[in-house]
Amino acid sequence: MVKLKSNIATSENGFIFNPSTGDSYTSNPIAAEIIALLKNGYTADEIKIQLLEKYEVERKQLERDWDDYILQLREANLLAL
Amino acid sequence: MTNPPKICVALTGLNAIDNPGSGLGVARALKEDFGENIRIIGLAYENLEPAIYLKEQIDKTYKIPYPADGTDSLLNRLAFIQQKEHIDVLIPNFDAELTNFIKIEGQLALLGIKTYLPSLAQFQQRDKLNLYAFGKGKGLCIPPDIQINKETELHMASIDLGFPLVIKGKFYDAIICHHLADTYKAYHQLSAKWGLPIIVQKYINGTEFNIAGLGDGKGNIISAIPMRKLFITEKGKAWAGISIEDEAMIDLAFQFAKASQWRGAFELEVVKDHEGRLFIIEINPRFPAWIYLSVAAGQNQPKALVQMATGQEINKLHGLKGGKMFVRYAWDHVIDVEEFQKLAAFGEL
Repeated sequence: MVKLKSNIATSENGFIFNPSTGDSYTSNPIAAEIIALLKNGYTADEIKIQLLEKYEVERKQLERDWDDYILQLREANLLAL
Repeated sequence: MTNPPKICVALTGLNAIDNPGSGLGVARALKEDFGENIRIIGLAYENLEPAIYLKEQIDKTYKIPYPADGTDSLLNRLAFIQQKEHIDVLIPNFDAELTNFIKIEGQLALLGIKTYLPSLAQFQQRDKLNLYAFGKGKGLCIPPDIQINKETELHMASIDLGFPLVIKGKFYDAIICHHLADTYKAYHQLSAKWGLPIIVQKYINGTEFNIAGLGDGKGNIISAIPMRKLFITEKGKAWAGISIEDEAMIDLAFQFAKASQWRGAFELEVVKDHEGRLFIIEINPRFPAWIYLSVAAGQNQPKALVQMATGQEINKLHGLKGGKMFVRYAWDHVIDVEEFQKLAAFGEL
């Protein structure tokens, strides 16, 4: 289950702010889109389906990039346990 | 409908310089809330403390004697000022003057001037020289230190604590040292400036935070605002920072207030190491210079202190807002020399 921490603040242009630590991050457009979907409660599978429909990407490649990005979010302490 | 009566608050710490006093931030926080219904009296030691000349924040300024002149001359001067100004509350903002103000708290009350200060014992137990022992006794995480009076003791202290380490002056200043040669230089620099002993403290590698707090003297905190430093000057002062909602830090402020029964404003200087442990590296017995951020963060601490000093019951403040940033700036304020002359010649402006 991938879920953003409830207090994480995000903006449409991909800015992410963690009010517990003061850390802030900028995202590229696709990462910002994923963050927005996570924030709106979509599950990982639902988001992946949307990405596969919208972009020209192989499922295998998407899975690799997804795992990589989720790892980054986890290391940045932005995901709920 | 009549306006509420004006409250008159006197404060020190008008030196809004690169190592700023907190007077200007306190004044701005009070003006923000009380608006036209407050008169701010600045108490200055030097003619060129910048905030003296910011008339929209400081309504009137009087020079006061240096702390080294003792309590009698301070009390005499304040009695003279009180005849003209009817000060309701006085907020001292310098570490070095606090002992005098604590000692004359009773006499000030007789003059009608209220304060909200820690006791002398509380003030002394958080002093740099006593901090480690205080923390150890109360279960607070403080980096170990060794106090030395001879440079020959540096070698042994560095073996005990390891490098890097921090050489600290008795009152102010700290220098991070990576080699023994650096420690000798720092020792002489700081002992010449502040005297002995010199404090050799273990260096904690991590991220720097400060917490502005307000204690009620009964072991509770009325407010605690954690701030992460985003830009640090050569003197280690925050030039930009952001409020954060860190429960562990708010709890640390509570632990300190509970352990010390702290009464009044305080600032915890904290380092969070890579394992997430919070080390208190210093405790300042007053508001920090960045206290105006507390207004933006939703908890106006100077206002709460004035309310408590005037006998109002204040409950713990809630609604801390993270993500409020301050960015300090330098500004050339232009005045006529007559203003400077007035203060220099007559001791008031």
